[in-house]
Amino acid sequence: MFSGMSFYKFRIIILFIFTFISSAASAGRFGSWLKENTVQDTASYVSPYAEDNEKCFKCHGQSIYEYTNETLGRQVRELMCSDKIIKREDFYRSNHKGLGCTDCHSYDYTTFPHPGELRMEQETFTCLDCHGGDESFSQYHFEAIDKEYKKSVHYIRLAKDGFSCWKCHNPHTYRIDVGKGDYREKIAYDNAICLNCHSNFNNFQLLTNRKEINIIQKHDWLPNQAAHFANVRCIECHTRVNDSIPVAHLILPKEKAVRLCNECHSQNSLLMASLYKFESRENRRNGFFNAIILNSSYVIGANRNEYLNLASQIIFLGIFIVIIIHIIFRFIKKS
Amino acid sequence: MYLYPKWIRLWHLFNAVLFIILIITGLSMQYTGKDNPAYVVGFAKAVKWHNAAAILLTINYIVFVTGNMITKNGRYYRSERKNYINNLIRQLQYYSFGMFKGEKKPFPITEKEKFNPLQKFSYVLAMYVALPLLIISGLGLLFPEITIKNFLGVSGLIYTDMLHITMGFFLSVFMLIHIYTCTLGAKPSSLFWGMITGYHRD
Repeated sequence: MFSGMSFYKFRIIILFIFTFISSAASAGRFGSWLKENTVQDTASYVSPYAEDNEKCFKCHGQSIYEYTNETLGRQVRELMCSDKIIKREDFYRSNHKGLGCTDCHSYDYTTFPHPGELRMEQETFTCLDCHGGDESFSQYHFEAIDKEYKKSVHYIRLAKDGFSCWKCHNPHTYRIDVGKGDYREKIAYDNAICLNCHSNFNNFQLLTNRKEINIIQKHDWLPNQAAHFANVRCIECHTRVNDSIPVAHLILPKEKAVRLCNECHSQNSLLMASLYKFESRENRRNGFFNAIILNSSYVIGANRNEYLNLASQIIFLGIFIVIIIHIIFRFIKKS
Repeated sequence: MYLYPKWIRLWHLFNAVLFIILIITGLSMQYTGKDNPAYVVGFAKAVKWHNAAAILLTINYIVFVTGNMITKNGRYYRSERKNYINNLIRQLQYYSFGMFKGEKKPFPITEKEKFNPLQKFSYVLAMYVALPLLIISGLGLLFPEITIKNFLGVSGLIYTDMLHITMGFFLSVFMLIHIYTCTLGAKPSSLFWGMITGYHRD
C-alpha cells in the first residue's frame, strides 16, 4: 500500500493509532466512571446529627414503623403514610444532608405520640428564611429566583392555597448537582418535579379543583413527542429564561409556552440559554468543534458548522461556474 | 435502441422526485431559523416530508438493487479493471476539450455499454456507496435508539448527522452534474426524452 515504507514501520503506525483511539475512548469511559463514583458517592456521608436523626428515621425512613402502644400494652406495627417517608440515602445525598431534623422541624416532634397541634402548623421555613441575604449562597441567587417565582403562574394562582418552594423542591431530597455530565438524568429528575403534580391527579387535586390534565393529549401538536419528552425539560418551553439566575423559575401560563419549532431548532437555539447554558459557557471557544459539538447533544438545525456550510456553498458555486463556462463553450462551438 | 425498460424509467422518476423533495426539506431543516422560519418550507413540515420521502426512497432503492440483481440491467454497473483510470481520464478529456474540438465520442452508447466509464463510475459511487451510507445514517437519525449514544464525549447522533449531510451534499452535487451532463446528447433534450420513451437516439 505505501511503497517505500517497510511493513515493520506500517505495523508500528497502526499500533500507535489503535492505542491512541482505544485509550481516548477508555479515558472517556473511565473518566466518567470516576466522576460518577466520586461526585455521587455521598451516601457514605456521615452527618454529625446522624444519631439524633435516626430517632426520626426509625419510623419515617421506611414504609413500616414500630412503636410501643401504651394503651394496648404491646408493640404495634403500622404503615407509614407514603408522603411522610424519607429514605435515609436520599436525605444523606441531598444538599441538606448536614442538617438535623429538628433544625427545621419543631423540637416538639421528639416526643411520641406527636402532639396533635403540630399538625395544624403549616410548613416550617421557606428557602429565603435560611438562604436569603446570605452572602455565602449568593451564587445561587435565591432572592432573584424568589422574585421570578413570584411572577409565575403557580404563585399568582396558587400561593393562597398553599403553593410554596416545597411543592417543587423537596427540601429533604433536593440535589443541585443532579445530572452533571449526563443530560438524561438531569432531564428525568427535573421533569419528575413537574410530573409529580401534573401527571399525578391525587397530588394535583391538593391544590386545585381543575379537571385532570392529559399531558400527552395536550401535546398532540408536538411531533416526535416521546423524543422531546426524553431529551428536553418541561421548563425549556414553559418558562421565560432569565440569564442572571441559574435555572428559570418564571413558569408561564400554557398559552405562552414555546410553540415555534425554530426557537430551539436553529442556530441561536433557545436551548443554549437553558438546558445547555452551563456547558456552552464553559466551552465557549472558537474553532471547528465549537459549533459541531453542542455539549454532546444533537439538535436538528442547531448543530450547524459554519465552516462546513461555507465549504458546501463554495463547492456548489464552483460547480455552477464550471457548468456555465461549459455551456458558453458549447454555444461558441455551435456558432 | 431500446435502452430503458419501464421499471428503470419508473424507478428513475421516483428517485428524481424524491431526491428533490429530500434536498429541499433537508436544506430547510439545516437553515431555518427564528429570523427565517420558512427556508422554502417551515421546520415542522420539512421534518414530516423529509421522513416520508426518505422511507419511500429506501423502498425505491431496494427495488433498484433487487432489479439489478434479477434482471440484466446489473451488468451495466460492472466494469473491467483493465485501463480503468485511463478510460476515466479519456472520457473526462472528451467532456472538457474533446467535444469542442469535434472529436468522436470515445465511448459511445451501445446496447452492451449503456454508460461511459465516467458515468458508470459516478453512478456506482452514488448508488452503491453514497446512497446506502445516506440511508443507513438516515435510519440512525430516524430511530435514535439504535445509534451509539456517545463516542469520545460526542453524541453518536452528531457523527451520524455529519455522515448524513456529507453524503446528502455529495448526492446533491451529483444530481446537479448529472442533470447537466444529460444535456450532452444529440440535442440537449434527447437524453431526457430517452428516459421518458425508453429509446435512445443518437
